[in-house]
Amino acid sequence: MKLLKFLSGVATALSLALPSLADEKLKVGFIYVGPIGDGGWTYEHDIGRLAVEDHFGDRVETIYKESVDEGADSERSITQMALEGADLIFTTSFGYMDATLNVAKKFPNVKFEHATGYKTAPNMSIYSARFYEGRAVQGHIAGKMTKSNIVGYIASYPIPEVIRGINSAYIHARKANPDVEFKIIWVYTWFDPAKEADAATALVNQGADVVLQHTDSTAPQSAAEKAGGVITFGQASDMAQFAPLPRVSSIIDNWAPYYIARTQAVLDGTWVSTDTWDGIGPGMVGIGDISEAVPEDVKAEALALKNAIASGEYHPFTGPLSKQDGSQWLAEGEVADDGTLLGMNFYVEGVEGEVPN
Amino acid sequence: MLLLERRPQPSRFWIYSTPLLAIAITMISGGALFALLGENPVEAVLAIFWEPVFGEFSFYHRPQILIKSGPLVLIAIGLSLGFRAGIWNIGAEGQYIIGALTGAAVGLAFYPMSGWFIFPLMVVSGAMGGILWASIPAFLRTRFGANEILVSLMLVYVAEQILAKMALGPLRNPDGHGFPGSRNFQNYPSAHNAELIAGTGIHLGIAAALVSVMFAHVLFSKHILGYRIRLSGEAPRAARFAGVGTSRIVFFCLCTSGALAGLAGLFEVSGPSGQVNIDFNTGYGFTAIIVAFLGRLHPVGILFAGLLMGLTYIGGETAETRLGLPSASIQIFQGMLLFYLLAVDVLSNYRIRVKPPKTRSSA
Repeated sequence: MKLLKFLSGVATALSLALPSLADEKLKVGFIYVGPIGDGGWTYEHDIGRLAVEDHFGDRVETIYKESVDEGADSERSITQMALEGADLIFTTSFGYMDATLNVAKKFPNVKFEHATGYKTAPNMSIYSARFYEGRAVQGHIAGKMTKSNIVGYIASYPIPEVIRGINSAYIHARKANPDVEFKIIWVYTWFDPAKEADAATALVNQGADVVLQHTDSTAPQSAAEKAGGVITFGQASDMAQFAPLPRVSSIIDNWAPYYIARTQAVLDGTWVSTDTWDGIGPGMVGIGDISEAVPEDVKAEALALKNAIASGEYHPFTGPLSKQDGSQWLAEGEVADDGTLLGMNFYVEGVEGEVPN
Repeated sequence: MLLLERRPQPSRFWIYSTPLLAIAITMISGGALFALLGENPVEAVLAIFWEPVFGEFSFYHRPQILIKSGPLVLIAIGLSLGFRAGIWNIGAEGQYIIGALTGAAVGLAFYPMSGWFIFPLMVVSGAMGGILWASIPAFLRTRFGANEILVSLMLVYVAEQILAKMALGPLRNPDGHGFPGSRNFQNYPSAHNAELIAGTGIHLGIAAALVSVMFAHVLFSKHILGYRIRLSGEAPRAARFAGVGTSRIVFFCLCTSGALAGLAGLFEVSGPSGQVNIDFNTGYGFTAIIVAFLGRLHPVGILFAGLLMGLTYIGGETAETRLGLPSASIQIFQGMLLFYLLAVDVLSNYRIRVKPPKTRSSA
């Protein structure tokens, strides 16, 4: 009853909105968790949006809303976008999952794409990138570069994506340097420059001379620059303004090809609900320029690792690997399956501390 | 030379007209701001004030204004009791979180059982949670003279940590693939705070907000307790001589506002929000402080102030999506509105007089 009433309202609204649809522009909406100026996660999604505008020109119009809270407010923002006539909506943070699903049910003719989640519907796709592949390269460089043997890690929320990144970086740092230790700080936010900077400073004070981050702003880079003698990696975006030091390399999220392909699919009428998880190979994850602060041999090893991952010759989670409690996870030569990786809620052997819960 | 002259009595005319004047000034300076950003100022201001209520999609936006205003009014009514008595509960956000947690915990404990009694138990438990959290500053103030502003504010951060712990641990959805967050109450009918009338957005929390407005009105205009509260705030010494127990008033005000904040949290978590999650709280407890003062601590005033805040939120979002305005510009706009509302308030207590400058021998 409630749904019927809502739908009839929507139908009335759509019929009213029809004249404006006559110009046949496809409207593509984006919901962002931070401000576009974060210089990281949201910034890169917006680069993807601009690429869509560039590619399709007059055939497409894009709209966006930034700094949308991941609570009850997100459902309203997504609904408003659908009411405003968006045909395709990208919701670009994990916390929008249930809200996107709810709105997708109410607007069966609008296509939804949710980043980094796991719930789908006939009109709701999910997409994410295998950031852990980039973390492997980062871990290798971190292990080689640290002198104090302490690597700091600013973690956002204890969700599988973040835990996967910690594990991947740790495994490869250990391979490069068996004495390396990780110190992890959980900040429970994606974007909070003050908190992120505090965490970076705290890690440096605990002896870390490499700081990795899984948060969206450039604040940790500034904090590291101020502290001096500390190296960092650009997160989600190249953050090249901090090169050559402290930023020695970066993981770059490249959403543009995906956004263009999905928009094209809606224009062609070939859009179907899909589950995409691409890595370095297809180009969704990029490794930013490795700066001159990194010795040539380390750079060559890092690039070789990147190429091996890209070609599919090497998987960052290849056994033998044990879980933190010492129980065996992967046997010699065994490769982790995507199911386990997607739900990863444990550390590998050697990581100190506990996954918060 | 302009002079401000104190009025013997606050002007009734200006008390009622200042809010309208403030809105008008906000529209003008906000329009200027939007024009500087390269937008059509009339269109932007209309998107904020007109669209949500009368626009094309008002069938969706009107209920959303109620959903946004409900918790603000409910919490602000509770806060106004204390504020009138000079008891400053700044930590409603924490009581809101704890109420949501205790209420949700009861609901989740019964999952997947169905029964009419589950939701009422959650409501009681949510209120108790809020009372519990607010009684800490009440106890510390009456027993040790600790400042309730600091204690209640600091307890917000404690509550946020507990919330994170609960979302990741005990209340986490066992079927959630290890992701944080509880089960969604929208999928558990016995514990779901559904709309009372479909399509209106009115859920029990909004009904509770209206009831609280009526109770507060009766309390202040008819009941001896309301008189004592006002007396404690306006003339603390006289109140003591009259035998008004300070401790009782402190406990009553803090615990009542805690209960209402806890209820707001429970209605939100089981309704519009749907689940306990790390980001569950979005600042209603703090915004309600503004609402309480905007409404001049008067129950009916608070009702209108809450609706106005709700309107600027929903309208701001409409303007952002429709015109692509940066979210910071909307926050500036809201800030302007609050600033002007407080600034023009001076007109109700003072009159402006033009006085020719006098020449004096010594300045």
